[in-house]
Amino acid sequence: MRNILEDIVINHVSDPAGLTPKDFKNELDVRWCAGCGGYSILSQVQRIMPTLGIPKEKITFVSGIGCSSRFPYYMDVYGFHSIHGRALAIASGLKIARPDLSVWIATGDGDCMSIGGNHFIHACRRNVDLNILMFNNEIYSLTKGQYSPLSRPGQKTKTSPMGVLDDPFNPAALALGSGATFVARGYDKDPKMLQYLFERAAQHKGIAFVEIYANCVIFNDGAFDNYTEKDKRAETTVWLEHGKPLIFGTNNDKGVILDGFTPRVVSLSDGKYSANDLIVHNEHDSTLAFILANMTYNEDVPRPIGVFQAIARPSYEEKVEWQINDAITKYGEGDLNALMRGDEYWEI
Amino acid sequence: MSKKVEYLEQVTIRFAGDSGDGMQLSGTQFSNTSGIVGNSVNTFPDYPSEIRAPEGTLYGVSAYQIQFGSKKVNTIGDKLDVLVAMNASSLKVNLPNVREGGIIIANTAGFGDKNLKLAKYDANPLEDGSLDKYRLFKINISDIVKEELADLKLSLKYTERTKNIFALGLTYWLFNRPTEPTAKWLGEKFGKKPEILEANLRALKAGYNYGLNSEEMTTQYDIKSANLEKGYYRNITGNEACALGLVAAANKAKLPLFLGSYPITPATEILHFISGYKKFGVKVLQAEDEIAGICSAIGAAYGGYLSSTTTSGPGLSLKVEAMGLAVILELPLVIIDVQRAGPSTGMPTKPEQGDLFMALYGRHGEAPIPVIAASSAADCFAMTIEAARLATKYMTPVILLTDGYLAQGTEPWRIPPIEELPDIKVEFATVKEEFAPYKRDAETLARMWAVPGTIGLEHRIGGLEKEDYTGLVSQDPKNHQKMVEIRAQKVQNIANDIPDAELMGEESGDLLVIGWGSSYGAIKTAYEKLTAEGKKLSYVHLKYLNPLPKNLGDIMSRFERIFVPEINLGQLQTVLQSTFIRPVIGYHKVQGLPFKAFEIEDQLNELLANKGGK
Repeated sequence: MRNILEDIVINHVSDPAGLTPKDFKNELDVRWCAGCGGYSILSQVQRIMPTLGIPKEKITFVSGIGCSSRFPYYMDVYGFHSIHGRALAIASGLKIARPDLSVWIATGDGDCMSIGGNHFIHACRRNVDLNILMFNNEIYSLTKGQYSPLSRPGQKTKTSPMGVLDDPFNPAALALGSGATFVARGYDKDPKMLQYLFERAAQHKGIAFVEIYANCVIFNDGAFDNYTEKDKRAETTVWLEHGKPLIFGTNNDKGVILDGFTPRVVSLSDGKYSANDLIVHNEHDSTLAFILANMTYNEDVPRPIGVFQAIARPSYEEKVEWQINDAITKYGEGDLNALMRGDEYWEI
Repeated sequence: MSKKVEYLEQVTIRFAGDSGDGMQLSGTQFSNTSGIVGNSVNTFPDYPSEIRAPEGTLYGVSAYQIQFGSKKVNTIGDKLDVLVAMNASSLKVNLPNVREGGIIIANTAGFGDKNLKLAKYDANPLEDGSLDKYRLFKINISDIVKEELADLKLSLKYTERTKNIFALGLTYWLFNRPTEPTAKWLGEKFGKKPEILEANLRALKAGYNYGLNSEEMTTQYDIKSANLEKGYYRNITGNEACALGLVAAANKAKLPLFLGSYPITPATEILHFISGYKKFGVKVLQAEDEIAGICSAIGAAYGGYLSSTTTSGPGLSLKVEAMGLAVILELPLVIIDVQRAGPSTGMPTKPEQGDLFMALYGRHGEAPIPVIAASSAADCFAMTIEAARLATKYMTPVILLTDGYLAQGTEPWRIPPIEELPDIKVEFATVKEEFAPYKRDAETLARMWAVPGTIGLEHRIGGLEKEDYTGLVSQDPKNHQKMVEIRAQKVQNIANDIPDAELMGEESGDLLVIGWGSSYGAIKTAYEKLTAEGKKLSYVHLKYLNPLPKNLGDIMSRFERIFVPEINLGQLQTVLQSTFIRPVIGYHKVQGLPFKAFEIEDQLNELLANKGGK
């Protein structure tokens, strides 16, 4: 960047040491409904920000439209509240232009998977170094309660009084299928888990997609209770940990084995199976990631929570810079007068 | 053999053949060589939108038209002085445009039974006397090149491919142009394939010698060099001029350049060119769709780049919502719309001026955007830089309208040394104490440009209405009215910063012609012809459409009648009528074709003959 940007954003960088969560809060009142899952997400993001070692002025949040997309207003960093579905396209342009920034996207299941679906799959495919926080409440909330592409079949909403006919996307599988290098899932009711997942997303070079089950108290209250309530989640979910077998249950007495390519629940208490028989999670194994992602809507197996996949691949904006550097190494820096003259010119 | 040399002021020639016959190449080379010998040149390639339409058919005809002259040539010419027809279909399609007494060079090998049938000819027009009104030269080009290249062991298919080079060589003789520039170009293109280079050089020479030795071709023509300003020149298309304009503007603004775009005819070439400028540090995203094209560009503009998106009609439709976002964000963005015939897919390769309303008004809410238009291929360079200047100075998206005619047509361009172009002054906000997101420059009303990464200036912007100065989200009724008015006034203020409209001809009187965009060449030609005949009329060509030049109303008030020819159903006509509350006479041609000078001339003659009428 040999230009007037360079002096401002390359030569002047603040010291991130000493930042605290308070530095990321501003004076605006957060205007989500009481009990909204968004509060927990906001709070965990503010908590991990100082731990990332990133100068505050380098952090930018971009959002689209929806309840979740108000997020940037509540962070005391650079914020860009855009138009419905386009946060990823805008953020891609920003990150390609400015690889020095840490770019985050706050989006919802409607914004990201419906109107923004095209940008989502292509951002995943390109592997732009962006951190996507998708607040999934399985409903359109800001427009007051219509079904989303993640609503459940049969779900009754204002636009589906007799029940939703669509089948939902499986966000983790969609992200994996689109080539996302980091794919994770968490939920609003477990702050420590969210902090861990956000930190992992921030550390990941390339696209990081975190789906967060976020309860909408008004239009879809309790949609995730079966997986997020303390008294239920041990039986209904399984935590994915790299190098560890898939064990779950209140007494850690159940596991998931692979029967061919099909995951199946087995008991660890009847002596027939031991931890050695179970699927051992490997974040670098894309095939396994698909199998785990496809457990999502399967009622016979627990719902996976955690990091499905984390694989290393050069990020798009990095490759853009490599190509520019290659071109300059090979042909020298551009001579604008020569470019304008072209191959065939004459003098009068 | 003694031959007569006749001097002409200007000539229009058209190379026509099948899509695969290499007519674009012949045309480009003829045009470049004519530029090199100092002629003024104007060209347009005319090819089917299908990549390779079925061989020999009427709809597979590809052509390249050039007008060249010893004084400034503003159009590609109305009637053809010379038609090179490589087959029957290309003759049939183009014959109506050949002037009586014009030259037709026909490749007889392209007039076999099959060709005649595909062209829907009952009899061979080369033999039935139907071309008696023209000077017809029948040459079996295929046979001649076959013979010339017999010892080169090339496939027949390849030998045949040099027909276009033969035809080029022949026209070089006919118009007394040197073959060396094309020989040099062939050398560079085929340097690694000596057999093919040899074949092409021989075909070029054979074509030239054919004219030299022909007993039928008794006259050679020459066109003296035009009196052009000193400097380096090249032929340039509007699309390449836009691409170079963007790089030059970024250089003069000392900003890095970003282009977010999606391929669409006839704008795609701008994306092609910019993609090739990597060593200039340019960043390009071929986005997943038109919306991502403009949105990524908005993201880069937010990041402090000179940012741009390029498209044509259907793409502009898709970008509309994001354009409104750029308006409320007050971020600089250059939007280039290479207009084509619409609505919908319309006629993708054909030009039209149908997007003016859309550029001016096509957004929800009060969303004013400055709109400017280029008047010639070379002018695309200057107007692209102007778009960048206005965008960064006024913190606004700017729409530059060109069209398929300018995009693909060429004319000689005096290449300005980059050092001679004025700087574009851009300043980013850096001082916390002096900063507010919507703090404005008192004169321009532009807000401050603060980019992420600037210490201490963390702030939020977005598509929700903002309170002036603080940039906080605001639903306050009075604030909304204030912001709407500020955004409108900001764009209006640009009128103080653009040149006055230039009036050609009488200072006042009966008839004033107002044109805009690519119709400049045709209107100017007609205007010059009529004024040379002593007729009284005046002409203004608009390059600034929003805001309009400050003196336009005054100029218009001095004329009894205003005449606005457009390639649409009267969009500028409507704008002028409603802005200045007075009737304006329109002339509307919407055929996917540019105006011909004689069409404007006929209209003007009719108006001048019927004063007070129409």
